[in-house]
Amino acid sequence: MKKHDQNERDLKAIDTNTGIASIFLLVALAFLLSRGILPAWLIRIPEALVPPLAVWLDLIFNFIKDDLHLIDLTRAISGGLEVLLDITANLLYGRNRWPKLGPIPWAAVCASFVVLAYYLGGLRLALLALVTFVWTALIGQWKIAMQTMSVLTLAAPFAVLIGLGLGITAWKFRTFDKSIRPILSVLQTLPFFTYLLPAVIFFKVGPTAGAVATIMFAVPPMILMTTLGLRKVSTEIVEAGHMSGCTRWQMLRRVYIPAARTEILVGVNQVIMLCLAMVVLTAFIGMPGLGAKLLAMMGSFKIGRSFEIGITIVLFAIMLDRMSKAWVMKQPVHFDRGTQWWHRHKYFLLSLLAFVFFLLLSQLIPILAEVTRKQSFSQGKEIDKIIKGFLAIDSIKNTTEWLRWFLNVKVLIPFRNSLLWIPTPAFILIIMGLGWYLAGKKEALIAGLFFTIVAITGWWDRSVITLYTVISAVVLATFIGIPLGILAARSTKWSSRILLACDTAQTFPSFIYLIPAIMLFGVNDVAVVFSILIFAAVPLTRYTIEGLRGVPPEMVEAADMSGATRFQKLLTVQLPLALPTMGVGFNQAINFAFFMVIIAAFIGTQDLGQELQRTLAGTELGKNFVLGMNVSLMALSFDFIITKWTETRKQALGLG
Amino acid sequence: MSNIARSFLLSSIVAIAPVGVIAADSSDPIVIPIHNWSSQIVMSNVVGQMFEEMGNNVEYITTDSQAVYESVRLGDVALELEVWEGAFGASFRTALEKGGLHDAGDHDAVTREDWWYPMWTKDACPGLPSWEALNDCAALFATAETGSKGRYLDGPVDWLKHGQERVEALGMNFQVVNAGSAAALWAEIGAAEADRKPVVVFNWTPNFAEAVWPGEFVEFPEWVDGCDTDPSVGPNPNALYDCGNPAKGYLKKAAWDGMKDKWPHAYCALTKISFTNPQIAEMAKLVDTDELEPEEAAVEWLAANRATVDPWINACK
Repeated sequence: MKKHDQNERDLKAIDTNTGIASIFLLVALAFLLSRGILPAWLIRIPEALVPPLAVWLDLIFNFIKDDLHLIDLTRAISGGLEVLLDITANLLYGRNRWPKLGPIPWAAVCASFVVLAYYLGGLRLALLALVTFVWTALIGQWKIAMQTMSVLTLAAPFAVLIGLGLGITAWKFRTFDKSIRPILSVLQTLPFFTYLLPAVIFFKVGPTAGAVATIMFAVPPMILMTTLGLRKVSTEIVEAGHMSGCTRWQMLRRVYIPAARTEILVGVNQVIMLCLAMVVLTAFIGMPGLGAKLLAMMGSFKIGRSFEIGITIVLFAIMLDRMSKAWVMKQPVHFDRGTQWWHRHKYFLLSLLAFVFFLLLSQLIPILAEVTRKQSFSQGKEIDKIIKGFLAIDSIKNTTEWLRWFLNVKVLIPFRNSLLWIPTPAFILIIMGLGWYLAGKKEALIAGLFFTIVAITGWWDRSVITLYTVISAVVLATFIGIPLGILAARSTKWSSRILLACDTAQTFPSFIYLIPAIMLFGVNDVAVVFSILIFAAVPLTRYTIEGLRGVPPEMVEAADMSGATRFQKLLTVQLPLALPTMGVGFNQAINFAFFMVIIAAFIGTQDLGQELQRTLAGTELGKNFVLGMNVSLMALSFDFIITKWTETRKQALGLG
Repeated sequence: MSNIARSFLLSSIVAIAPVGVIAADSSDPIVIPIHNWSSQIVMSNVVGQMFEEMGNNVEYITTDSQAVYESVRLGDVALELEVWEGAFGASFRTALEKGGLHDAGDHDAVTREDWWYPMWTKDACPGLPSWEALNDCAALFATAETGSKGRYLDGPVDWLKHGQERVEALGMNFQVVNAGSAAALWAEIGAAEADRKPVVVFNWTPNFAEAVWPGEFVEFPEWVDGCDTDPSVGPNPNALYDCGNPAKGYLKKAAWDGMKDKWPHAYCALTKISFTNPQIAEMAKLVDTDELEPEEAAVEWLAANRATVDPWINACK
């Protein structure tokens, strides 16, 4: 009976939500219909009312930097970081610094990793590690790959430790948790161009700035996962800990953290993936290695060799992802009392042995130490020819030519112009109306506030163009990603294949998509939307597959027994139940699109990304920050609305 | 005099002697920034290897070519070897105003940045390179989204090329589209190459593209001083930017203000350094066409050009 009441109340709430939402939309409609007679100040905020935010921010930055001497502190930190980076740099690629031992021969690193991979995940994982390292060495990229790794081997552990520390603090103190959450949300949506200038100014251009930017980018999920894991620890375990008389430190060390192991290790996995996602972007601020080489290759139109670098990054990402996941799955092994130490550490010793063996062997066989450029198997020119040949096939040319015409002239340009035509207040009202309808009062008001701030900053038109690109790309991605996910979800085999393709598409450096996109469609909005689309379709497909495969089997059986056809079953049972999960994917797709739309400035856009790129030239920190905040505010509005919507749906379906 | 005393005296003479002439260079590494185009990377390696011959430590750091001026200003990197008048003039001047870096002299090389087309375009529009002929052929460059107007792909907005203003000032039937990066320009030319589609894009020299796609600059009314500030200059009496870009733009070196005191010898050599257009083209070619790694290319280039480089080093010993 109680449950029934609850449902009724929910339904009522939805009714009033719909009512208020339609009032908002009707007012917006009134604005649209009367646009011709509206005074100019109701169409766009007048220039005179735009506050000089950029100037104020510049003053604040300078005050913090010079008067509060923050720069001295950050420079001291980067000095310490540099010492550590010099050590890894020396060991991994032989930079001329203390302890002057390196570079370690590639074969030795490879052998010890293969043993480690075997220990974690058996033969298949060992093979993956072997392929990754041998590929990197033979293609002649060992040195640059190790330049990248010399930074990541420090950035990733730092991100994990900082995340763990902050996560534990947030779990202990509610107020800290509450105050840190909005900061984390902003950090996760802030465009990377906004990290770039402060990192260079405060932490010195070079590997240090690269490491700091990477840590900033990778830390948020670690914090969130740590807090989540610790909260989930069951009371029985905690009581058991108390009963055995643990001190507070022992409770944390021996009870909470081991019990939250799975979540914490998922956080570690996220950190690793995000570190690799930043490899190319941080090259703009002095991160050496694969990213820097990729940018140089693209600058001289060597698609083939950029492609090879992309494959290396993907292989490393997948290998480290699988290894860290295998680590999550692997439960700690407990040995009987009295087991010999060499038995306990069998794999560690084996790994060390392989390392030493190949270290010595490479003294005799130089190719095991280093593969030079002339010996390498790089096929850059041949891949160039294949890609160019593929793009020159008549049927492909005709299709893209038609698509370019159709999408540009019939879809994108009219859509953009109509969004720009909408008066600012009406636009905000529409967003609020939709927010109220999908989520509720709180989310609608937040979205309204955020979009009003965007309007006041005076970058409205560019923000609308950014939004237009994001919406177009996500809508088109839905047409591709969801059907693909539905098809793949039919069989386990295809699910895992498509999920692997998703992993690949996600870790393949987004920069490499830009070139084929331009070659197919030219510098225009179609190329921009296309490059975002690839990225945005990934979470849609992934969560569709996971949503559909997560539908409880008894529900599917019930549908089968009542004689539903495959299509009916999909439409009436599976999709509705998978919808909340798909909503998460949709949310991620929007976030990815906001991330990528800024990078697409390298193709050529007229949105916030282009303006952000321009601030790099004048090092206008204040303006840069205002623009970045606009992107962040818009992305957060969508994030709040969709998150709330998926939660409500989940509860209504009894899945939460 | 005992041996010890003699050697003490000698060493103090040695220690004092150079002070009068020029102090020794610091043993801290000279940090040289490298960007994402080959001539700059090779040139940085060439200069770096010269500094090493002079006994200095050198390190290279990859940075963004616009944001680098902030780093030079702060002394995080010591110098910048390619300051292009057109592309980086604005960033360089902003940093100059803020203080911390200075102009370390021009290269002999001149730079040109303007509307450019690959040779095959001329087959379709034989009147080129004159800009009037280009304008008559505008329809050849039309695309789906530009309608009847021709499409001109300009450089990134932050290079401040004023393509739009020029089209208006000269009454041309073109629409200006801004590419987002150099890579976008190359992709556009590369895509047109297969079926020799006519394109007109922004390009510059010295540059690797000359070797890959032979082409020519469009000849606009010649640059006259004041064309960008005084409307009466140039063919259109009522508009700015009614001429082509200067055909001889500068290519500068910039140095951190502290470099002079910290590495006086290297700084002295930096002010002497001056590369010519063919030398820069050769550096780019070693990497772009011959597929050498930049460090190897620098070794090779140095070996072949000792006559140019040695006087710079010797003058600053």
